[in-house]
Amino acid sequence: MATVWIPTPLQALTGGEATVRATGGTVKELVEDLDRSYPGFKEAIVGEGVLVRPGISVVVDGSVVKKGLLHPVGAESEVFFIPAIGGG
Amino acid sequence: MNDEQLLRYSRQIMLPEIDAGGQLRLAQATALVIGLGGLGSAASIYLATGGVGHLVLVDYDKVDLSNLQRQILYATRDVGSRKTESAAAHLRALNPDVQLTLIDRALEGEELLAAVRAADVVVDASDNFRTRFAVNEASVRAGTPLVSGAAIRFEAQVSVFDPRNPESPCYRCLYGERAAIDETCTANGVIAPLLGIIGSLQAAEAMKLIMGIGRTLHGRLLLFDLLEMEWREARLKKDPDCPVCGSGRAQRDERTPPKTQAADA
Repeated sequence: MATVWIPTPLQALTGGEATVRATGGTVKELVEDLDRSYPGFKEAIVGEGVLVRPGISVVVDGSVVKKGLLHPVGAESEVFFIPAIGGG
Repeated sequence: MNDEQLLRYSRQIMLPEIDAGGQLRLAQATALVIGLGGLGSAASIYLATGGVGHLVLVDYDKVDLSNLQRQILYATRDVGSRKTESAAAHLRALNPDVQLTLIDRALEGEELLAAVRAADVVVDASDNFRTRFAVNEASVRAGTPLVSGAAIRFEAQVSVFDPRNPESPCYRCLYGERAAIDETCTANGVIAPLLGIIGSLQAAEAMKLIMGIGRTLHGRLLLFDLLEMEWREARLKKDPDCPVCGSGRAQRDERTPPKTQAADA
């Protein structure tokens, strides 16, 4: 199972958990798995079609991935969803 | 440099990576600081004390009592004053050698582009996505490196986008379109020292870029969680289809870059 780091604004969906485990061969499948455990997760991450919502960046194993939801993940992958921060 | 300046900057000049040559490059450089909130306060203080010769400070806001918890340029007596003027008084007291240009209005379009083009480095310390995307676009068009920092709650991000390198990603490569929701420190809160940590990192990266020393955050996004006291790093590559810096640039609709806004955060 991949490890998924949940950004603070979405931790309300995961009951305050910052790290959760999920199953899937792609980021999209991970998101769908998480949506089953934490309803609303998919809606928070996925925009139109297979695109990640604007203002959210996906990091798989330390790299920002361009394919977003279609990017493959391994069983031991670490996945981050990084929301853009405007504040300064 | 005169004897007083040699003494003032002696602890930097004694670093072999900087030496007198690096200090002179700082003295001859212009840094554009967009936003004089929490990040801009810390960044401009270190840029000024560190000897960057010319600071262009942009913010149209006035000092509010609720700013003082984290915006370390300002004192209680400054409440109600223009941020640019209060900042200038503070920075001149710290280092009278620094030349200051104050812009107390939103920069937009060609004026923003000209200011970015005239700078050796841009420090984005703004508090909203509209400004961040506009400054990024101007940075790419002008070919001026951009040090981007952002903070909210207990979390922060910092990176360098350097369009002098054709392989460099830009802010747009990272986040795509503007996020629908602009989370601000005003609405969500932020712990005071977080701004000092990230603003100081921005000043450090700006000084490294000016002097051409070390390895910058180019191609890397640093993520900081103050509550857990954890740093993480994500590698970032250019998006070849990016509408700002990639092939999408030629195809995008020509439009006027949006306004910058004040940094309240």
